[in-house]
Amino acid sequence: METIILFAPLVGAVLCGFGWKYFGEKPAQILTTAMVFLAALLSWVIFLTFDGTTDHVSLLRWVDSGTLAADWGIRLDRMTAIMLVVVNSVSALVHLYSFGYMAHDENWTDAEPYRARFFAYLSFFTFAMLMLVTSDNLIQMFFGWEGVGVASYLLIGFYWKKQSASAAAMKAFIVNRVGDFGFLLGIAALYFLTDSVRFDDIFAQVPVLAETQISFLWTEWNAANLIGVLLFIGAMGKSAQLFLHTWLPDAMEGPTPVSALIHAATMVTAGVFLVSRMSPLYEYAPQAKLMIVYVGGFTAFFAATVGLVQNDIKRVIAYSTCSQLGYMFVAAGVGVYSVAMFHLFTHAFFKAMLFLGAGSVIHATHHEQDMRNYGGLRHKIPVTFWAMMIGTLAITGVGVPLLYIPGLHIPLGFAGFVSKDAIIESAYAGGPTLVFWLLVVGALMTSFYSWRLMFLTFYGTSRAHGHGHHNGHDDHHHEPHESPRVMLIPLGVLALGAIFAGMLWYNSFFGSVESVRHYFGMPAAEAHGEAAAGHGAAAPAAHGAAAPAAHGAAAPVAHGATAPAAAEAHAVAPEGALFFHPDNHVLHAAHDVPVWVKLAPFVAMLTGLVLAWVMYIRKPELPAKLAAEQKPLYEFLLNKWYFDELYDAIFVRPAKWLGATLWKRGDGNVIDGTINGLAMGIVPFFTRLAGRMQSGYVFHYAFAMVLGIVVLVTWMTLAYGH
Amino acid sequence: MDNLLSIITFTPAIGALILAVFLRGNDAAAQRNAKWLALAATTATFLISLFLIAGYDPADTGFQFVEDHDWIMGLSYKVGVDGISILFVMLTTFLMPLTIAACWDVDTRVKEYMIAFLMLETLMIGVFVALDLVLFYLFFEAGLIPMFLIIGIWGGKDRIYASFKFFLYTFLGSVLMLVAMIAMYVDAGTTDIAALLNHNFSSEAFPILGINVLGGMQTLLWLAFFASFAVKMPMWPVHTWLPDAHVQAPTAGSVVLAAILLKMGGYGFLRFSLPMFPVASDMLAPMVFWMSAIAIVYTSLVALAQQDMKKLIAYSSVAHMGYVTMGIFSANQQGIDGAIFQMISHGFISGALFLCVGVIYDRMHTRDIDAYGGLVNRMPAYALVFMFFTMANVGLPGTSGFIGEFLTIMGIFQVNTWVAFVAATGVILSAGYALWLYRRVVWGDLIKESLKTITDMTARERAIFAPLVAMTLLLGVYPSLVTDIIGPSVGALITDYHAAIPAEAGTQLASH
Repeated sequence: METIILFAPLVGAVLCGFGWKYFGEKPAQILTTAMVFLAALLSWVIFLTFDGTTDHVSLLRWVDSGTLAADWGIRLDRMTAIMLVVVNSVSALVHLYSFGYMAHDENWTDAEPYRARFFAYLSFFTFAMLMLVTSDNLIQMFFGWEGVGVASYLLIGFYWKKQSASAAAMKAFIVNRVGDFGFLLGIAALYFLTDSVRFDDIFAQVPVLAETQISFLWTEWNAANLIGVLLFIGAMGKSAQLFLHTWLPDAMEGPTPVSALIHAATMVTAGVFLVSRMSPLYEYAPQAKLMIVYVGGFTAFFAATVGLVQNDIKRVIAYSTCSQLGYMFVAAGVGVYSVAMFHLFTHAFFKAMLFLGAGSVIHATHHEQDMRNYGGLRHKIPVTFWAMMIGTLAITGVGVPLLYIPGLHIPLGFAGFVSKDAIIESAYAGGPTLVFWLLVVGALMTSFYSWRLMFLTFYGTSRAHGHGHHNGHDDHHHEPHESPRVMLIPLGVLALGAIFAGMLWYNSFFGSVESVRHYFGMPAAEAHGEAAAGHGAAAPAAHGAAAPAAHGAAAPVAHGATAPAAAEAHAVAPEGALFFHPDNHVLHAAHDVPVWVKLAPFVAMLTGLVLAWVMYIRKPELPAKLAAEQKPLYEFLLNKWYFDELYDAIFVRPAKWLGATLWKRGDGNVIDGTINGLAMGIVPFFTRLAGRMQSGYVFHYAFAMVLGIVVLVTWMTLAYGH
Repeated sequence: MDNLLSIITFTPAIGALILAVFLRGNDAAAQRNAKWLALAATTATFLISLFLIAGYDPADTGFQFVEDHDWIMGLSYKVGVDGISILFVMLTTFLMPLTIAACWDVDTRVKEYMIAFLMLETLMIGVFVALDLVLFYLFFEAGLIPMFLIIGIWGGKDRIYASFKFFLYTFLGSVLMLVAMIAMYVDAGTTDIAALLNHNFSSEAFPILGINVLGGMQTLLWLAFFASFAVKMPMWPVHTWLPDAHVQAPTAGSVVLAAILLKMGGYGFLRFSLPMFPVASDMLAPMVFWMSAIAIVYTSLVALAQQDMKKLIAYSSVAHMGYVTMGIFSANQQGIDGAIFQMISHGFISGALFLCVGVIYDRMHTRDIDAYGGLVNRMPAYALVFMFFTMANVGLPGTSGFIGEFLTIMGIFQVNTWVAFVAATGVILSAGYALWLYRRVVWGDLIKESLKTITDMTARERAIFAPLVAMTLLLGVYPSLVTDIIGPSVGALITDYHAAIPAEAGTQLASH
C-alpha cells in the first residue's frame, strides 16, 4: 500500500506530462487528480490504522560504494504516517482546486497549453515530497529534498514570460542550495563517523557521537552538535528560516495553488520534519538545539514584523508562514518534537486554506493582489469570506483558554489555538525566556496582520477602482464573483481540519507523556528512565535491545545482567518515530506552566485583534498617519529589513565581479600571460609555420611525437638490446 | 573471441580505411554514403563492445581479455581491461554513433571529417585498453591529431589560435611524460603496465641541485605524469586551453572533447600515478586537493561571467573535473568510485549540453547568450531536454550527476574537511551559473525578431538525445550498474595503495 501511495503521483505526473498531447488536457488533469486522491485515501487508511511499529520496505538498491550503501526504500512509522496524510490530502485538494483556478489564465494565449504542465508539476512535486518523508536513509531524503526544490523551481517559474517569476524561481533554488550545502556536509560527517547513512544505524550510534570530537575546519567540535548544526542549515534553507528566508516571499510569483501546497503546507515544513526525524541525534546535541530555538524564535518575530505592513495579500500570508515555521522550530529545539509535528499538522490545514482562500479572492477580483484595492468583499464572495474567517480564527489562535472538555481532557479551540499554545507553553518550560517573549509578541503580531488582512479585504467599502489600479482592468468592469464549486469544496474540507484537527489529535501530540510516547511508538517512560539510570549514555541502545514485552518490572534486572554486553547493544536504534532523552522533561513541564503563561497567547491574540479593528475599521486613516510619523521604521519593515539589498551587495555583486575579474585577469593576464610569455621563444616560430600552411602545426606535432617514439625505442634497443 | 579488444579497437579504423580507399567524389551521394558508413562502423563497434561488458567478470580484479603479441622493433602489443578501464571503453563506443549522428548536417570535406572521427575513436579506445607503456603513449598522443584536425579544419574563426594553444599546453606535458616513461623502463626493465604495477619504484629521498627531493624517484615520475594528465583533465591553472578549444571546435568535436578526451587525464591518474607512485601520490595529494578545490570555485565563478554558451559549459566542465581529481586522490572507495562515476556521468551530461548548444547554434549561428531568450515559447521539447541536462549538471539526485559529486564529497570529507567545505560550495555556484544560463536562453518572453521563426528539435535531434537522457536517468536511479563493475578493482587498488605507503602516513580510513 505504501508503494502505491508513493508511486501513484509519479505515474500521474509522467502520464500527464508526456501523454496529454495524445489524450487531451482535461483527461490528463483528471488522471493526475485521481491518482493523488487515491494516494490520499490510502494515506488516511494507514494513518488511522497504524499501530506505531516501525516498518521497512526496500524497493531497489541505490547508492552502493564500499560501506556507503543506501537503498530506495520506505520507512513507515508515525512520522511518516502523519506526513503522508498532510502531503497527500493537501495535494489532492490543491489538484481539485486548480481545475477552477487554472481554467483561465491571462498569462497565456489560447494556443499555449499550460494546464497539463501545471498538473504534471504538481504531481511530480507530490512524488518528490513523498520520497522525502518516507525515506529510510539520509540520501533518499536528500533526493526528495532536491526533488521538491526542482518542482518548486519549476512552479515558481511557471509564468516564465515574466522576468520576476524566473528571477524568483532561480533565487529559490539557489538559496535552498545554500542550505543543501550544509545538509551535504552533515551527511558526510555522519557517514564519516558512523559508517552509515541509514537512520537506524545512525540513531544507534548517537550516544557515542555525543562523546566524540571531530576535527572540522579550524578546530575540534563535539560531533553530535556539529552534525546537528550542519543538518539544521539544510533545514533553514528549505523552511525559510532567518538569513535563508529571502526566497519564500518571492516564491509567491508562482500560481496561488502552488503557494498553498508547496510554500505553506508541505515543502517548507520539510526542515521541521528533518529535525524531528533526527530527534535521536538532537537529543544529544544541546548546543545545536539551542541554536534552533534562537533561530526559530527570531524568525517567528522577524517575519511577523514584516507581515504587519505588506500590501500584497499573498506576501502577508507568506511572511505568516515563515513566522509559523519559526514556532515549529522553537518546539523542536526545546525538545518537544511531537508538538512541532502537531503545529506542522494543523498549520498545513489552516495555512493551505488561507492561501486557497486568497487565491479565491484573487480569482474573484481578476488577478488583483494588492489589498489596498480590495474592500467590502464580504457580501460578494461569502463562501470565500467564511473560509478565510475560519482560517484566521485558526491561525490567530482563537479558543477558550484554561478550559478542557470534561472527560476527554481536550482544550476547546481552533486548530491553531491548540497547537500554537502548546508551543508557547513548551517554550516557557524548556527554552530561554527571551524566546518565549518573542513568541508571545509574535502571536500578537500574527493576530494583527491576519485581522488586518481580513478587514482590508472583506470589510469597509470597495476600493477596487480607486488609486493604484494599474493593471489595465478598467476595460472590463466585472463585479467580483464567487469562485466555482470545484474551488470551494477544497476550502470546506480544509475548514474542517482548521477547526477540529487541533482538538482531535491533542492527546496524541501534546497530551500526557504516556499518550505521546504511545502514539509515536516509543517504549513507556518508566522502563526508559530506569534503564537510563543504570546505563547513562548507552540508555537508548540498551532499551532498544530489550524486547517491547520485557519493559516491565523485570527490565532493570535484565539490563543489569547484560551490562557487559553494552557494546553490542550499541547497534540498535531506539524504538519509535521520535526519541526523548531520559533527561528531557519539557513535554511534562509544559503542562505545569503558570496560569499567566497559558493566558499570554490569548491576551496577545485579543490585543492584536483590537489593534487591527481600531486601525482598519474604527479609524481607517490611522495607519497612513502612523506610517508617515514613523517613516524610517515603516520603510524598514516594508523593505523586509533590507535583507535582499544586503545580500545583493555582499554576495551577488561580489560573485559576479569576482567571476569577471578572475576570468579577465586570472585566466587572461596571469595564466595565459605567463604561459605565452614562457613560450615566447617558440611561439613566433610556430605561428609562422602555422600561418604558412593551414593547420601545418598538426603535422609538426605528429612529427615531434613520432620523434619521441623513435628516441624511446632507440634508447631501449641500444641500452638493453632484445 | 580471443581478440575481442582488438576488434573493438580497430573496427572504426577499418571503417576509416574503407572510406579513404573506396569512397570517391564529393557529391551529395558520396557525402551521404560517408556518413552512413561512419555511422555503421561506430554502431557496429558499440554492438561488439556489448560482448565485452557481458563477458566481463567484475569479481576478478586483474586484467581481462588480455592480448599479448610481439610487435615491431622488440615492442609488444598488449591490451586488456579491468574494472577501471572497461567503462571508459563502453562510454566511448556508446557516444561515438551519437557523435556521428550529430554532425549529419556537415557539408564540407565530409569524407575527411568522418575519417577523423573514426580514427579518433580507435585511438581513444586504444588509450583505455593499452597495457604497454609505448602503446599507451602512442595512442595517447596520436589521439590528439584527429582532434587538432577537427578543430583546425572544421572549427570556428579563431581555430588556429585555439588549436595552437592546445598544442602548446599539451606539448610540454607530453615530453615530460615521455622522459618519465624512459626512466621507468630503465628502472623496471619492462614496458608492460601489468608488470609495472607490481614494481616498486624507489621513494628514497635524494638531492638534486642541493634540494632534497622527498619521495625521490617516485616524486619525479609522478610530477612528470602529472604535467601531462593535469593538462588533459584539465586542472586549474592549466585549463585555459579548454574554453578556447571548445568555442572553436564544431559541435561534434566539442562532444568528443568534453565527453571522452578529458577523461584520459583522470584515467591516467588511476592507471599510473596512484598505483605506481603511491608514496608520491600520498605526499602530493594535498596539492591536488587544493588545485581541485580552487578549480571548483574559481571556474564556477568564471562561468558566471561568460557571455558565450560554449565557454560557460567548458568552464563548468573544468569545475566538474575538479571533483574527479579530488576524489581520485582522496584514495578511498567513495572518492575513487565517485571520481570514475563522475567521469562517466560527465560524458553523458556535458556531451548532451554541448549538443544542446549545437541545436540552437545550427539554427542561429551564434553562441552569444544575449542573442537568445524565450526559446521555450517555440521550442518546448528543447526546453525540456535542456532543463533536464541543466539539472543533471548541477547534480540533482536521481540523475547521474548527483552520484559522482556526492561520492567524491563523501570521499574527500574523510581526508580533509577544509577541502570538502570549499568543494561543497560548488553545489551552490553550479546552480548559480547553470540556472542563470537557462533563464537567459530559454525562459522569458520571445521578443527577439530573429527568433520568431526558430523551430523545435527535429526527429534526428530527439533521437540523439534520447539515449543520453536514458543513461543519465538510469545511472542516477540505479548507479550500481557502474559501481558493481568498478568497485572490486577500485577496492584492490586502494588496498595496494595503502599497503605501499609508510605506516604513519597510511590512514585508518582504508577500510571505508
